[in-house]
Amino acid sequence: MNDFAGSGIACRRGERLVFANLDFHIAAGRLLTLVGPNGSGKSSLLRLMAALAEPEAGVITWSATPIADDPDAHRARLHYVGHLDAVKPILTVAENLRFHAALRGTAPDDGRLAAALDAFGLAPLADLPGRFLSQGQRRRTALARLLVSPAPLWLLDEPTLGLDADAQTRLAEILKRHLAAGGLAAVATHSPLGLGESTALELGRPR
Amino acid sequence: MTAFTAVIARDLRLAWRAPADSATVIAFFVLAVVLFPFGVGPEPQILARIAVGIIWVTALLACLLSLERLFQLEAEDGSLELIVLSPAPLELLVFGKCVAHWLTTGLPLIAVSPLLALLLNLHVDGYAALLLALALGTPTLSLIGAIGAGLTLGTRRGGALLPLLVLPLYIPVLIFGVAAVEAAVAGLPTRPHLLLLGGLLALGLPLAPIATASALRQATA
Repeated sequence: MNDFAGSGIACRRGERLVFANLDFHIAAGRLLTLVGPNGSGKSSLLRLMAALAEPEAGVITWSATPIADDPDAHRARLHYVGHLDAVKPILTVAENLRFHAALRGTAPDDGRLAAALDAFGLAPLADLPGRFLSQGQRRRTALARLLVSPAPLWLLDEPTLGLDADAQTRLAEILKRHLAAGGLAAVATHSPLGLGESTALELGRPR
Repeated sequence: MTAFTAVIARDLRLAWRAPADSATVIAFFVLAVVLFPFGVGPEPQILARIAVGIIWVTALLACLLSLERLFQLEAEDGSLELIVLSPAPLELLVFGKCVAHWLTTGLPLIAVSPLLALLLNLHVDGYAALLLALALGTPTLSLIGAIGAGLTLGTRRGGALLPLLVLPLYIPVLIFGVAAVEAAVAGLPTRPHLLLLGGLLALGLPLAPIATASALRQATA
């Protein structure tokens, strides 16, 4: 069984120690929500989890193996959706998603692409260039990346930002399915995801 | 390999749909070269003497013009993080971006250079050497330029810093590129100069992607 954990993690951004001595644990099929005020280090923690940055101290492990030992394998098992949507204005929605699937080494698969577009209500927009999308539609396109190539670990930074109620429900459904299939997810969020039970990690508490 | 070809295909598609970027580079190259006869005077002998130098120096500057955007747009829209997070080796993806950069700037520069050589009255014997030298030299310009573009990413005055960083590294390419054509015009063997250009390219092919990749990892950390 997969399991994703960190112990004694410290994160420094420039001169400032954002957090220190932080522990987390995500078991297969579980969701960890990261909550806390602005600047408490939710995004920084997600970036550490994605191995985009290295922790100042502490170790992050996947099934008891430190991710720093094999960063390539770690990158292959995760999806990261950050603040920026990475939607090219000149490419159509479908082309954007096809590129991101290929970037993750997944051969283009029209069935999977159609399913991903459908899951986020993007099917009518598939051939529309990115520059004509609204902010929420760009966000949906970014989230649809989660479904065009499979990965057990999802790291989402404020995924509901700019999404309407319908898209939020869709995202909750997709997250539920991902967890039911044994996937793991860490989500930084200010608004409840509507998933019922989940473990919350509170950042920014004085410790 | 999927990711490598995807990066090239996407960059070519972006360049094809928004040709203004490549067109600007070519237009700059042509216009800057055309200015020289006005500045130096239309004396055919003088122009013929300085033709190679003008073409090479202007090609370097035209190449610089397009480098700033190589990773800038990717970083601004968040694509760079996802490229760094790809399971494929970042060095390979960076190399893919260099290939696409060369195809959209270096190759068109080579294509218009005979026309400019004609305009500057380059000696007939110099054309083949000029094309060969540009074909061997411009890929090196893209590769070295990528290092500069990666290193200046995220700095506030990146656009101004980039030429200071990259132009000194372009000097060897310039020296041997010009020497090859001058040797051809003088009836001397061009082989040594072309081999040295090939050597620079052989050095840049593995080293530049490695250096650029580590610069990009720093930039996204």
